[in-house]
Amino acid sequence: MPKLKIERYPAPLWVRPLIPIISIVVTFLLTSLVVLSLNKNPFEAFYYFLIVPLASQSSAIEVLVKSTPLLLTGAAVTFAFSAGYYNIGAEGQLLAGAIAAAGLGMVLQNVPPVLAIPIMIVGGFAAGMAYAAIPALLKTRLDVDEVVTTLLLNTVILFFISFLLNGVWRSPVSGWPQSPEIAESAIFPRLIPRTRLHLGFLLAWISIGAVWLVFRRTVLGLRMRAVGMGKEAARFAGVKVEQTMLTAALISGGIAGLAGVSEVAGIHYHLIEAISNNFGYTGIIVAMLGALNPLGVSLAALFLGLLDTGAQTVSRAMGIPIYLGNIVQSALLLITLAALVLQNYRIRRE
Amino acid sequence: MEAFLVGLIAATLRVATPLILGTLGELFSERSGILNLGIEGTMFLGAFTGFAVAYTTGSLWLGLLAAVIAGVLAGLLMGLLTVTLGVNQHVSGLGITLLTTGISLFLYRVIFGERSVQPSIATFTKVSPFGDTPILGPIFEQYLLTYIAIALVPLVWWVLYRTSFGLHLRAVGENPEAADAAGINVFRIRYLALAIGGGLMAAGGAFLSLAQLGSFIFGIIAGRGWVCIALIIFANWLPSRVLWGALLFGGVSALQLRLQSTGAQLPYELFLALPYLVTILALVLAGRSATAPAALLKPYRRE
Repeated sequence: MPKLKIERYPAPLWVRPLIPIISIVVTFLLTSLVVLSLNKNPFEAFYYFLIVPLASQSSAIEVLVKSTPLLLTGAAVTFAFSAGYYNIGAEGQLLAGAIAAAGLGMVLQNVPPVLAIPIMIVGGFAAGMAYAAIPALLKTRLDVDEVVTTLLLNTVILFFISFLLNGVWRSPVSGWPQSPEIAESAIFPRLIPRTRLHLGFLLAWISIGAVWLVFRRTVLGLRMRAVGMGKEAARFAGVKVEQTMLTAALISGGIAGLAGVSEVAGIHYHLIEAISNNFGYTGIIVAMLGALNPLGVSLAALFLGLLDTGAQTVSRAMGIPIYLGNIVQSALLLITLAALVLQNYRIRRE
Repeated sequence: MEAFLVGLIAATLRVATPLILGTLGELFSERSGILNLGIEGTMFLGAFTGFAVAYTTGSLWLGLLAAVIAGVLAGLLMGLLTVTLGVNQHVSGLGITLLTTGISLFLYRVIFGERSVQPSIATFTKVSPFGDTPILGPIFEQYLLTYIAIALVPLVWWVLYRTSFGLHLRAVGENPEAADAAGINVFRIRYLALAIGGGLMAAGGAFLSLAQLGSFIFGIIAGRGWVCIALIIFANWLPSRVLWGALLFGGVSALQLRLQSTGAQLPYELFLALPYLVTILALVLAGRSATAPAALLKPYRRE
């Protein structure tokens, strides 16, 4: 085996936009092997995966529906990661937002939508923020590693939801572990009639835009990026590192909370245990694929929304388990991470 | 009361087993300088591979072996990303967790389809070195894997502190530049540490499907991998404390199960969450004096 070594060699600028494309091609080449091992035709599989969802108007809109929570969690993760705060807790913060939305949605009977919906949005944002505050305060006050605490708190809140759904909130109608439905006036309006595309999609783009605005146009954004690039250097430059990280963590949690509101008020209309299909963790993929850049993040969320829809199409049409979608998404993450190394380094024979 | 305590101690040892294995696995990785957040998925992969192979071959030991091999492969993949390419360890590890979880779910559906009845296997039988002796008998009636896990604690200590491999491993985790200058192959040591670590994590997962449950359910790991990550900090990266941490967490979990069955008037979900909350509390108390390997999270490159 030839000895390989990795050496610093910044790639020319024109290579950079190619990296995601190369990653996508390599990912699909590798996934072809999985499809081939099932004795199925990979071209047919990718046709159902990538083309069919975009071929009809209704399924293309469904792609936008599927990308909505990913836009929000992707924006949330981007916001925290940019400030060097590893918020792995978007999943838990999303669930906190969902709990708040379900709770508020139930009590807001007979309140007009112009009031009910903003209350739910603010409530969900606040709930996500509050749940993000625990690990954020532990990190900034007591220097407890946020990766570990956010991961543990993701599990804790699932137990709390189970407690709610099996107890006080158990639906009296169905007896299933799901909360009673939210008030009709609290349901997000549809952006396009007779489709599932709802207000949450708009909310998601507003959030992405806000993240971009904070990054590019505010002092906070400047401080955040300084902290993200190096805490000691930022401290030396007079940035209040802990305060900046805390702010980033709280806003990140709030945006993740919005993803929970969006799923409850836009899709399900009640709280269920499976309200999040790993959206918080997929948000990390979205943020990394989008290179922590709001434009990149929104493209990545749309693409992963397509993969989510495509996994269902390919599963229905060809009998390939829907979890192929999880493999494609995570493989894409790892391959992109590997490919990004080639931006600054090249591999050579020693 | 005596029966309650005996049952509690026996259950504590059982619940602690996958945590001991997983945390020892993470210990190898982190002592070499790599935080492996692939642990949750690697345990899941171990539980799945162990079950699928045991189901199809009829051999539990083959299942365990296959699980360990799958875990080693997951560790090597982590090595490719973090050691060779120097990618961010947090994100690589989470990516590996998502990938191994996806692969396991996918293959489970391919092999077993969607059945109304959960496929199951006959589990490992327990060994009972003290037979019918009161107290000792029931406490030590455990799966062989539990004994192996406990025996691994001093073995890992011996490897880390009494062998040249262990010395090199710790050196690489503290100061890779110095280790490299002293002629230690940083890359090889880190790959080895990740491979051993992955194998141990997967064995921890396989314990759940091959010994405790006899089947593979999607919620089988349920955050145990993240608990192992926390236990490492609690244990201050010391093998002996890994055992105490795992037993403490196992004890709280076992107590929670028992209090439920006595009809305590508190919601059982609170008890389920309790070990996690206790772990966070322990992190707050222990984490402040913790001393992580100096090179943890820092990629090493020869330039």
